[in-house]
Amino acid sequence: MKTKARLFAATALVGLSSLASTGAYAANLTLCWAAWDPANALIELSRDFEEQSGHSMSFEFVPWPNFADRMLNELNSRGQLCDLMIGDSQWIGLAAESGHYIQLNDFFDAEGISMDAFIPATVEGYAAWPKGSTNYWALPAFADVVGWTYRRDWFAREDLQAEFRELHGRDLDVPADLQELKEIAEFFQGREIDGRTVYGAALFTERGSEGITMGVTNVLYNFGFRYGTADNPYQLEGTVNSPGAVEGLEFYRALYECCTPPGSSDWYMSETIDAYRSGQVALQMNFAFIWPGVDQDANVGGDRSGYFTNPPGPDGHFAQLGGQGISVVSYSQNQDAALEYIKWFAQPEIQQRWWELGGFSALNDVVQADGFVDSQPFAQTFLDSMEIVQDFWAEPTYAELLLAMQNRVHRYVIAGEGTAQEALDALVRDWTEIFEDDGKM
Amino acid sequence: MSSYSITEPSPRSKWIAGILVVSYALITLIPLVWIIATGFKSSSDSIAYPPKVFFEPTLEGYVNLFTRQTRATPEQLAATPPTTWYEQIVHDNGMVISGPSRFGERFMNSVIIGFGSTFLSVFLGTLAAYAFSRYRIPLKDDLMFFILSTRMMPPIAVAIPIFLMFRAAGLSDTHAGMILLYTAVNLSLAVWLLKGFIDEIPREYEEAALIDGYTRFQAFVKVVLPQAATGIASTAIFCLIFAWNEYAFAVLLTSGTAQTAPPFIPTIIGVGGRDWPAVAAGATLFLVPVMVFTILLRKHLLRGITFGAVRK
Amino acid sequence: MTDSTLDRVARATPPRVARRIRGLSDRAIAWIFVAPTIILLLAVNIFPLIWTIYLSFTNYRANRPNAEVEWVGLRNYQRILSDPEIWQTMQATAHFLFWTLFFQVLIGFALAWLINQKFRGNNLWTTIIVLPMMLSPAVVGNFWTFLYQPQIGIFNNIISFFSGADPTSFSMIGDVRLAPWSIVIVDTWMWTPFVMLICLAGLRSIPDSIYEAAECDRASKWRQFWTITVPMVLPFLMLAVLFRGIENFKMFDLVVQLTGGGPGSTTELTSINLKREAFEKWRTGYASAYAVILFVTVFGLASIYVKALNRVKNR
Repeated sequence: MKTKARLFAATALVGLSSLASTGAYAANLTLCWAAWDPANALIELSRDFEEQSGHSMSFEFVPWPNFADRMLNELNSRGQLCDLMIGDSQWIGLAAESGHYIQLNDFFDAEGISMDAFIPATVEGYAAWPKGSTNYWALPAFADVVGWTYRRDWFAREDLQAEFRELHGRDLDVPADLQELKEIAEFFQGREIDGRTVYGAALFTERGSEGITMGVTNVLYNFGFRYGTADNPYQLEGTVNSPGAVEGLEFYRALYECCTPPGSSDWYMSETIDAYRSGQVALQMNFAFIWPGVDQDANVGGDRSGYFTNPPGPDGHFAQLGGQGISVVSYSQNQDAALEYIKWFAQPEIQQRWWELGGFSALNDVVQADGFVDSQPFAQTFLDSMEIVQDFWAEPTYAELLLAMQNRVHRYVIAGEGTAQEALDALVRDWTEIFEDDGKM
Repeated sequence: MSSYSITEPSPRSKWIAGILVVSYALITLIPLVWIIATGFKSSSDSIAYPPKVFFEPTLEGYVNLFTRQTRATPEQLAATPPTTWYEQIVHDNGMVISGPSRFGERFMNSVIIGFGSTFLSVFLGTLAAYAFSRYRIPLKDDLMFFILSTRMMPPIAVAIPIFLMFRAAGLSDTHAGMILLYTAVNLSLAVWLLKGFIDEIPREYEEAALIDGYTRFQAFVKVVLPQAATGIASTAIFCLIFAWNEYAFAVLLTSGTAQTAPPFIPTIIGVGGRDWPAVAAGATLFLVPVMVFTILLRKHLLRGITFGAVRK
Repeated sequence: MTDSTLDRVARATPPRVARRIRGLSDRAIAWIFVAPTIILLLAVNIFPLIWTIYLSFTNYRANRPNAEVEWVGLRNYQRILSDPEIWQTMQATAHFLFWTLFFQVLIGFALAWLINQKFRGNNLWTTIIVLPMMLSPAVVGNFWTFLYQPQIGIFNNIISFFSGADPTSFSMIGDVRLAPWSIVIVDTWMWTPFVMLICLAGLRSIPDSIYEAAECDRASKWRQFWTITVPMVLPFLMLAVLFRGIENFKMFDLVVQLTGGGPGSTTELTSINLKREAFEKWRTGYASAYAVILFVTVFGLASIYVKALNRVKNR
């Protein structure tokens, strides 16, 4: 239990020396994350840590499509590149069971960092393994969730309002459920606005990494798809391919066919935002991290855009969880300094500043503070969305589970192969095989 | 050449050929021109719907390519008035420059690894090709095929063993490791191209030199090498094009220190989505060195490829 | 001129060095020249290959370094060869390989022949045509997703300009029927110049004297084309096909950036599939067996091909 010993030493060290002092040594810490907008903000934020601690920070940001391959390769080969890892939420099972991350419970206790101070869904999603336990392997770093953006300026048009009211007997407004969302998307599809043909909604449909899964689950969950049952998490038959789930998958395909721009067959975060910014669509599905960018955009920013949480369906109200926690890599030579960083990062002032720089803090002190909901136009939607999150599998075999789902869903929804029932039945078979190979079933 | 040659095509067929080739060239240039043009568009013009052929050029893409930026509040913006033209561009988008991006580093890595491995593959390839061309080497044909076969393995398939091997040898994520790797991949092409070319150089030159009392080695250096310059130049072009643009190994085997530009360019992220003008600017700048290299050596390009297929 | 250079070299070479190098037998020089290449190739290619072959008989998973590695015999191979989805990726690869080679040979040869008509400015235009192949395939694949977007890209708009069809009425990447062609178009755009260059080198290597002789025999231009031009260029063309074939069999970067294998698995080439097994599912043993199967396939096809090539060359 060398790790434990080191951990103890680390906590002792951090405990003794105040953060303001330079400490006994200056380490060069490398933090690994995905290459995206929030990562740039983190560099800015970390300057304060460098000043206070005397350690220097390097950053290794890998583009999203290669993020998992590259970083899991690094962890699996016990690489020492990364001292701190902001790894994707679904890696936690693998990282915990293979010993890639160090367990943080003792450190949290010693430093008085309480997981109760964070949004519960983020603790469950980013930090705990096994799920539901209090074994923590990360500190929630970046809260993220799928939600919707809509063209407020189009919704506000008198002529469109009148026509919509005529058609559906209600105001053209934020949809109350998925069915209404589809009606709105249908209403805009093919419509001429300002001399250009516009379309209903931009959806996640990407094939290569995780795109379509991160999109379709928002519908599946709300139609009754479940990952197992409460007493048996591996009960796939009847939960994954339940009648509700089948209906949900059919709904997603119908939505793709009726209401998306032509050519949107391989879209993820970046393509959907392009479609929205260029004025092609009325509604956009995307992770919350893009909202600050939407708000500032020259074409669609400010009052022209609004935000709403993923609408409920006939059997539930969920939204797909994104986001990451920050962990200390157990192969790092600088674990002490890495823990110092986490301690620094967990401070309420730093978390507050993180939110101001565009980082979605998961700290209750920040998100429940007075004035938080008014600090950004999307703040309330973000809070509401975080209440209803549901994550994909975080099992050690998550990557295989994900690939199977990508394959089955993309074939049905985009390539139009077979029926929804067949696709989900096949998914149950694939998943069963994976869990059997892993000894979980 | 005589003033009239029966093999000289007629003026009319020259015209027709010229028109066909020029039209093909113009069509294939469209995507390239579009990439270059996108580099000079503003972010919203780059994704304009419908696409914009005429636009107001800006250097925003290039500025974004070379800098890292953070969003700033209006107060912060007011407090830090821009002093240079590039700060002005960033400022207008509600951002401030917080430092240089990593494009410069990635680009330099590409230069070191690309040219380093090109030099090494051409150097080793020339030696091996000369030996294959001039000496009786046991199992020569099999060895030549073996050399070719090293190109057949998909990079993905060998990436894991190479990753572990490099780590053990301390080569992972180093320039030296990537240079060796690309050299190994390029050697097959280099040996095949150069052997073909050296086969064409008459042995009589070396024999004359040997009779004059020079060693084999001197004959190789002073007689064969100058004769093979054309073949070496064209081989260098092909090796550079591969090493410069390689993606699969680069993305799987390198990270901070030795990563080249190809994995970096397609994923330049701006606010929210992909920053197409910066991607296009990166692609454009990245094309320049290979293009210049090829244009400098272009007169060797065609004469250099013979694969020993010329009949005497 | 040669003599004077040699004289100078002889004078400039210090006697001791000269003696030492002269002391080397031809055989020693041959091995000294070949050895670095062979050693490097053994280290970087053959060693991993042997490792891969070993792993292909195990259930090793690179993401579970602590798990025990079991010897599973031929099970990985059985699983692969009986998996219908793998045959589907093979089919997608075959389609891609065949049509890219077909178009590249056809257009590449035609262009080379036209350029060889030596019209004014042909060198300039050759250089321009070669430009696409100097781009990075990953960047090209990435950028073409953008060009193929029906609303904001130019590909559909150009097609619609010439055909009158609505640019948003078709989607190159999204349609299961068009997607396999979308990757063929991009690869052909990018790599036709390579085939063209090699064909052009072949055409330029044909001595005028052969045509002059044919002209004296009153052979028609058409006959000259088929009896002189084509056979003389054939070895070059075959080499171009060999190198393009090997590259496209293991095609990864361009297509993965362009379609990610979609829609469904329509454009999932073997390399993309292999990458999913090896680096996403981390079934290292299984992926190794897969890699060995692919390697044996290319190796077999290429060795037959090279035999044919040698026959054509020595004819």
